[in-house]
Amino acid sequence: MTERLFEGADWDFHTLQRVHDACEELATKDLGLDVYPNQIEVITAEQMLDAYSSVGMPLFYKHWSFGKHFAFHEASYRKGLMGLAYEIVINSSPCISYLMEENTATMQTLVIAHAAFGHNHFFKNNYLFKQWTDADGILDYLDFAKNYVASCEERHGRIEVERTLDAAHALMSHGIDRYPGKKKLDLRAEEKRAGRRRQHEEEVFNDLWRTVPKGAAKSRSALSIERRRKLLGLPQENLLYFLEKSAPRLAPWQRELLRIVRHIAQYFYPQSQTKVMNEGTATYVHYRIMSKLHQQGRISDGNFLEFLQSHTNVVFQPEFDDPRFSGFNPYALGFAVMQDIERIVSKPEDEDREWFPDIAGKGDVMGVLRDVWANYRDESFIGQFLSPRLMRHFRMFHLHDDPEERAGIRVDAIHDERGFRRVRRELARQHDVGFIDANIEVVDVDLSGDRRLILHHHVIKGSQLNETDAKRVLQHLADLWTYDVSLIEVDANDKVVREYVVSPRPLPAAA
Amino acid sequence: MHIIDRRLNPGGKSLENRQRFLRRAKSLVQGAVKKTSQERDIRDVLEGGEVTIPLDGMHEPRFRREGGTRDMVLPGNKKFVEGDYLPRSGQGSAKDSGPGEGDSEDAFRFVLSRDEFVDLFLDDLELPDLAKRKIAETESEGIQRAGYTTSGSPANISVSRTVQLALARRIALRRPRKSEMDELEAEIDACTDEDRRAELLARLAKLKAKAKRIPFIDPLDIRYRRFETVPKPVAQAVMFCLMDVSGSMSEHMKDLAKRFYMLLYVFLKRRYKHVEIVFIRHTDRAEEVDEQTFFYGPASGGTLVSSALQAMHEIVRERFNPADWNIYAAQASDGDNSYSDGELAGMLLTEKILPVCQFFAYLEVGESGGSAFDLSDSSLWTLYDRLRNTGAPLSMRKVSERSEIFPVFHDLFQRRETQEKAAP
Repeated sequence: MTERLFEGADWDFHTLQRVHDACEELATKDLGLDVYPNQIEVITAEQMLDAYSSVGMPLFYKHWSFGKHFAFHEASYRKGLMGLAYEIVINSSPCISYLMEENTATMQTLVIAHAAFGHNHFFKNNYLFKQWTDADGILDYLDFAKNYVASCEERHGRIEVERTLDAAHALMSHGIDRYPGKKKLDLRAEEKRAGRRRQHEEEVFNDLWRTVPKGAAKSRSALSIERRRKLLGLPQENLLYFLEKSAPRLAPWQRELLRIVRHIAQYFYPQSQTKVMNEGTATYVHYRIMSKLHQQGRISDGNFLEFLQSHTNVVFQPEFDDPRFSGFNPYALGFAVMQDIERIVSKPEDEDREWFPDIAGKGDVMGVLRDVWANYRDESFIGQFLSPRLMRHFRMFHLHDDPEERAGIRVDAIHDERGFRRVRRELARQHDVGFIDANIEVVDVDLSGDRRLILHHHVIKGSQLNETDAKRVLQHLADLWTYDVSLIEVDANDKVVREYVVSPRPLPAAA
Repeated sequence: MHIIDRRLNPGGKSLENRQRFLRRAKSLVQGAVKKTSQERDIRDVLEGGEVTIPLDGMHEPRFRREGGTRDMVLPGNKKFVEGDYLPRSGQGSAKDSGPGEGDSEDAFRFVLSRDEFVDLFLDDLELPDLAKRKIAETESEGIQRAGYTTSGSPANISVSRTVQLALARRIALRRPRKSEMDELEAEIDACTDEDRRAELLARLAKLKAKAKRIPFIDPLDIRYRRFETVPKPVAQAVMFCLMDVSGSMSEHMKDLAKRFYMLLYVFLKRRYKHVEIVFIRHTDRAEEVDEQTFFYGPASGGTLVSSALQAMHEIVRERFNPADWNIYAAQASDGDNSYSDGELAGMLLTEKILPVCQFFAYLEVGESGGSAFDLSDSSLWTLYDRLRNTGAPLSMRKVSERSEIFPVFHDLFQRRETQEKAAP
């Protein structure tokens, strides 16, 4: 029998090292995972709360909303409403996993298997992360962002910076390029470029130029509408990008702040599209590693039971009429589908052969899973791999709620022959960010007139924007644009449903 | 793989963010603090604590979609088949728990530290007429011994401590004592045997070398006396709580008075390093009592306000020299006083009490439900009103509800722009 990794609940740094090495061996040899180098940091509960509040990042610029989140988390933590996450893991190279000092040795093992190998592998290999994030550069970039924001505060005042950041945060979810047209984000180069840009601006700054007459403006009417829209890159759904490039009166540092917020939003974009898969992967990996460690006798039965206890809590899926229900638990769903894939690949039944001809009985579990992990996101993952068996297992059903319908909410499909495909399609759709987020884009700018910015919201299934919030966000938008902004909600037939017009607030007497 | 222990990193990374948040939410938090302090025992107010503020005021807006037709896939179907209808509300409805995950942060509680709490609580309050006495709020610095240090000015060398250390070091390192060497030298002088003599000389040389290496006093031994400046508060305040406890004072009225006193106490405590409270209750005679008796002791009898004033005057004369103390008084009463006492009370106030007081607050408490404005002026009110009109530093308010206490207090102690007299 192999030697135990640890006894009881206590751990020290040697234990962590042993645990890591044991997990690494299993992860790379047994599961064939490919990971960034690991960095494990032990932190206290308070530091965990800190990290929570700044979207899990180890360093972040200062802003009041992080303080708000901290206060909020802290209060609910103190009251016992919320347990702290066992871990936070950062998509960077080296991949940083935070471990809380309160965890027992078993929990640390679980966390290392989960975060340092499961998440880590997913970050490194999933196509969305490869496409959109720059694991090598992110920490440096955040450091740059933090210093940049601080220096802006010094130069332009805290209030001014806060105003710009507030506005940028409000638009953050619309500061994302959804389609990879351009090259991958290279944050390190980005940071250098920002530095050069600033330096250049400082070098060529000459106040005299301000007084040079601008010359007669070109006749605007000469530009056709089409051409104008093309010049401005319209329609544009990345509102932050549009503002950064085209807002007429922003100071250079404000554009840089918008860019920072935009980059950070973009960095988190893959995470929002892969919650189910990411957590599923990590859970699957920790489950495999922990079971293997137990089989090898490297953790005791008692420790293994402790692990099972936390594991079952994590993958618990309450039913819809359970007071604890709050939607599908990504851990439960992701883990279940991955275990199901394992079953289909190794011991398929007739139904599986019919539904999954490509992988049924293929035998190479890890090969299939690694391929899945690399090439899918939540929406396509569910759309492809949710099996009838799982739908029966979760007893899934599809509800259609039409406010016009008097009789109530209709059950559109259930977990039966007729319903499988419809339920699956619908669940996949619910995990499609393109579908969840409001579809808003800049369609035109009235350059010849009052420079009004015109946005469209494409209403899907009659779901309009929340009015109070929309007005507030538009206010921020107008403040950045410094001219009127109008948002038109149009339905599928291009019929205007609602229109907002917001004027910018007058700037306080500028210095 | 690296393992890094970050636990020793300075915590409170979010402190700055928290401060920004508080700054931004100041008015909201202030409102919440005031509301909270009305609800709880005022003694607890000093402890800081939890306040609830509406998140709405600190809302960070995003574009959110709502309404329209909704589709959702849920787990846990037990009985439905395709085409069934679920009622919209009531049991079996899944509507409230759709996957939309509505954020339900409409209010949240968070914990303010004691200082944050009291700061916000008293933010715009100020004691009136602080400038009256020079010593108010001045602090002198005293000097206090605070152990020893390895650096300092020569004047501060502590000889005894230095020698002590040197001695310890010499003993530890076995520095030869002078007597030892003297003995040896004497022995050498007396010695006749050449070999023996050489041996002794070698020993002496060795001892001398050692004595050289281990000095009698090493710079290492030197200790300096360390002094610390400590603030010596001279600002001290005494607060007189005068309360009429005659039969007409109901529990409700006492409760109002108590709340007022407590606020005053918290306030003074904040301002001065040292605050004394004197409780004086009176019927037709006055006595100084402890807090318990003051608020809860049963007492009954006629009413002579002048007795309390007389008592206060005597206590001031005995224990609180007006030159050293800032004197505050708050009187709570239902306003009844013997008619014949008015003259005496007025005289005591104008001649004895008010001249030594920073501020005198008179709180007329009424029965719950009775609007303060309906009451015809009581005899005390009339008396004080007259005094106030002659320019005495006297403030007066009527209160009949618990919730009015804070506003009234706030009113009395609001920061004033000019050197206007405390009375409105």
